[in-house]
Parts: sequence; C-alpha cells; structure tokens
Amino acid sequence: MMALRTRWPWFVLLAAAIAFPLFAANTYIVSVMSLAFIMAIAALGLNLITGYTGQFNLAHGAFMAVGAYTVGILTTDYQVPYWVAFALAGVTTGVLGYFIGILSLRLKGHYFSIFTLCVSYIMYLLIEKWESLTHGTVGIMGIPAPTGVGSLQFDTPIAQYYLALAFLVLGTFLMSRIVHSLLGRAFMAVRNGDLLAEALGVDLMRTKTLSFVLSVIYAGFAGALYAGQVRFLGPDVANESVTFDLIMFTLVGGVGTLMGPLLGTLLVTWLTQSLQFLQDYRMVVFGPVLIALIIFLPDGIVGTWLKRRARRADAAASLKAATAQGATTATGTETRHA
Amino acid sequence: MLEIDSLTKQFFGLTAVDHVSTRIEQGQITAIIGPNGAGKTTFFNLIAGTHAPTSGRIVFKGQDVTGMRPDRVARLGVARTFQTTNLFDNATVLDNLIVGHRLRTHSSLWDVLINSARLREEERLCRAKAMEALDFVGLAHVANRIAADITQEERKRVAFALALATEPELLLLDEPAGGVNPEETVGLAELIQKLVRHGKTVCLIEHKMDMIMQLADKIVVLNNGEKIAEGTADQIRRDPHVIEAYLGADHAAV
Repeated sequence: MMALRTRWPWFVLLAAAIAFPLFAANTYIVSVMSLAFIMAIAALGLNLITGYTGQFNLAHGAFMAVGAYTVGILTTDYQVPYWVAFALAGVTTGVLGYFIGILSLRLKGHYFSIFTLCVSYIMYLLIEKWESLTHGTVGIMGIPAPTGVGSLQFDTPIAQYYLALAFLVLGTFLMSRIVHSLLGRAFMAVRNGDLLAEALGVDLMRTKTLSFVLSVIYAGFAGALYAGQVRFLGPDVANESVTFDLIMFTLVGGVGTLMGPLLGTLLVTWLTQSLQFLQDYRMVVFGPVLIALIIFLPDGIVGTWLKRRARRADAAASLKAATAQGATTATGTETRHA
Repeated sequence: MLEIDSLTKQFFGLTAVDHVSTRIEQGQITAIIGPNGAGKTTFFNLIAGTHAPTSGRIVFKGQDVTGMRPDRVARLGVARTFQTTNLFDNATVLDNLIVGHRLRTHSSLWDVLINSARLREEERLCRAKAMEALDFVGLAHVANRIAADITQEERKRVAFALALATEPELLLLDEPAGGVNPEETVGLAELIQKLVRHGKTVCLIEHKMDMIMQLADKIVVLNNGEKIAEGTADQIRRDPHVIEAYLGADHAAV
C-alpha cells in the first residue's frame, strides 16, 4: 500500500522504459536512449557525492573516462574478455578514487571543486599524451560489444538498450538502499555541515571518502558500458564538458533526490534531441530554458515535487490530528526522499 | 565529570584561550559567560575536539580526551549544539533527527547493500530515538513538518533533540536561547532544567543574563581568553573583576 503510494512514479518510468523500443521509430533513437541510461548511471553516482554528501566533484566525467579506457585498453590490446574488463573498470576507478579522495577531500567547498577540476584536466592530458597506453588522439577503435551471457546477446542496439536499462535499474536500486540507510543519512549530515556532522559522531574523512569512492565506481561502470556500446574511445570522453553535462542533468532533475539525476538526464537528452533541427541556434532556446528552471525550480523538478508532497502530507496529518481531538500527529505519513 | 587543566589555544600568536582551568560537575548547569571575543566558543571547540589545544589537558570521566577528534568525543558522550543549526530543509524534522543516533550503531556498507536484519533493526532504533528526543523537547507535533517550515524557537529545540539523540552525558549548548523572544527563552530555560532532572550535565554559553543567573549552578567568566572569575550567580554578581570587565558600571549597584 505504502510502497505503491510513494513508488508509483518508479513503476511508470520502468514500464515506459521497457516498452520504449517497441514504439521507437528507428534504432537511432533507441541508441540515443541507451546512451542516456548510461549517462544517468554516471549522474546517479555524481549525485551521491555532490547531492547527498555536498562535495562538488568536478572530476566525475574523468572517472567515467577511466572506466571506459580500462575496458577499451584491456579488451583491444590485451584481449581480456569484456565482462572481466568491465569488473576491472569498477576496481580501477574505485582504487583511483580512494587515493584522489583522501587527497582532495581534505579541502573544503570551492577548494575541493577547483582541485577536482584540476584532477579532471590532468586525467584528460594523461589520456591524450600517454600514447603507448591510450593511443592518444588516435583513440581506441574496435572495442568488442559486451559478450553474450548464455542465450543473451548484446550486439544489437535493442539488446544494448536493455543491457543499459538493466544496469540502470540495478544501480538505482542499490543507490536507493544507500541513500535511504543510516549511511545515507550520515552523508546528508556531512552535506548539512561538517561541524554538526562531526559533533554527531560522524567520522568526516571516512564518510566523505566512502561516498567519493562509491560515486566514482558508478562513473567507472558507466564508462565501461559506454565503451561497450560506442565501441570507440577518444580523449574527448575525458573532457570536462562531460562533467558539466552530468551536473546539468542532476540540477534539472533535482540535486540530492534519487530520481532527480535520472529524470534530468532523460529530459535534457530529449530536449537537446528535439532541438536538433535548430542546429547551432538550439543553445539560444536551451540556455533560457535551463536558466528559467534554475530560477523557478532551484530544487529541481523532483526536489520541488517531493517538497510539495511532504507539505501536503503534513497538512493532511495535522488536519486529521485536529479532527481526532487530542490525538497526536499521525506517524503513518512517513515521507522518504524518493 | 569534566576536568580542564590550564587549557590554552593560540591562533598564530593570538591567545584565544589562556590557561583556563575549571571543572564541570556532574548533574549541574555550568555557564560560560564573557564579552564577545572572550574565547567562549573556542573553549567549547577545544572541549568538543574541533580544535586541538596548544597546551593543557581535558579529562572526561577520568579519560584524557585532549586533542581527540570530535566524532570520538561525541561517541564518548559529549554532545554539542551550535549557534545556528543547519538542517536539511527539504526533509521532515524527524528525518533530520534520525542520523543523531547513528554513532551508537554498527551497520556497514555491506549491511546497507544487502539490507541486513541488523541494519533494519538499527534504523528502527534510530527512528525511535529520534522520536523520543523530539518528544522530550516538546516537538512531537512537528515530526512530519518539513524543516524549512519550523520557527526559530522550534529550530533551537530541534538542535537540542539532535544532541539528545546521540545519548550524551554532557551537553555543550552554544547560545541555546540566541535569537528567540523572552517568553520562548523561559521555555528553553525550563527545557534545560528538564535535561538536568533527567540526569544530563549541561554546560552553556549564553548572553542572556537573567536566564544565566537563575539557571546556572556555577558561572565561569572569561575575558580576553582568561578566566577572571568563577562561582555561583551571587558570587559573580558581586565580583569586582566581573563588574569592571563585563557587566559594566550600571550593574555595579546591583
């Protein structure tokens, strides 16, 4: 009952995503959609460190590139099977994230952001210049598609679509567990303020580092899926504009909400796709829409909606309590930040 | 309960707290007063571990906690409130409080990913503790209101509840009645007395003299980082150093 009342948007989204390829006019838009799912996985991760833990990481796109290059290099130059490389992409970004995390998270606020922006640029330069490893500007070509599992094959756009969707669902499910748990609450305590969090017994460095590592592992897996789907990698994937896209997706959907980054990624992807006919002028439309969103919905679409729902639930509960004369406020209106 | 011995903190040559020694007695209300910039908040920061002292010793229940990290100090049973409490405005008051009891739980990332029975039990416990704390401060009725919509006074009470949820023995309250009106101040003073009746020890910084004078068992007066007086309200009222340095000429007649 409870589950259905607060979770129906999830079921609607999932049903729509499953049905989508059946109604899609061509495989191009199916591919656009599955790339959007992959970006959404990365955005989910970014939202953990930035939205829930309050540390504005500007290297997220670079970690996605690390994941992608891990798969690219291992599968083409070392003939490692795709899924082994996929797992190693998570490990590589996680380990790298740990060391960059314990360095950068000593800095607070803008300093952390500036530091991570530099990290991002250094990673971009490494990928571009370290030719013996990354093939430099030539890039990596001929990355194999994810190998089939049993009778499942992932070599068609539609199969890739469902693969990306499956990982997005899994990623969202695990993220939901994380952010709604006591651990997630510790992350949010850090976001609300370092000092108060510490006073509540939260080990700042450990908590921030854990959030950072989990967050970049999402980026790493997103990158690994990206490599398997696009099958070509160039240094551009490590460009900081990827990070800024992810931030935009998260802002539009709602920072610090579970559904925000997902919805934001899908909406912005669709908006940019449907403005394609304007060619270079599309930014003239897109820019003002974005600015209007930030001004009028600073909590993002999902954030605004959740706030309204919480207010309404409280108002309804107060009303019920008032009519029940002396009964204490209903406790059944527990609201979760979806 | 808390023994402070010759505590000193220097910031780049500026001495914010200068050889302060005092004791906070169990089950009592100790007030720290002094003009702005006297070093009161720094004094709290040293006790709570936010800053490490330059020299001196802090002993809590027989254990040396000098220079210990704040989260460890909190675990030992010292909670604090701040002049302003940042809450997550988009979540309910109760949701904001649940994290308060996290430090008494043990669930790890693994428990979270598999949603273990231990995690579910600990979450239930944290929720119960949050509700209990909210009830204690008299705010059970705002549990489901979103934090952005509560009043300044309710925010002060939520800060108390958050500190209480950590199950502390000693509470350090930094201006618990700052920015609330006189009637609300009386209510908060009653709440502080209620804390003590329930076995808590309280140490507070406050500028509202009426409140301090009737509430505090002991008053410690700081000026320029030094302790210039210590004693009961009556002793402090009559102390010439205090009158000169802090209360000013118009209080000399009192």
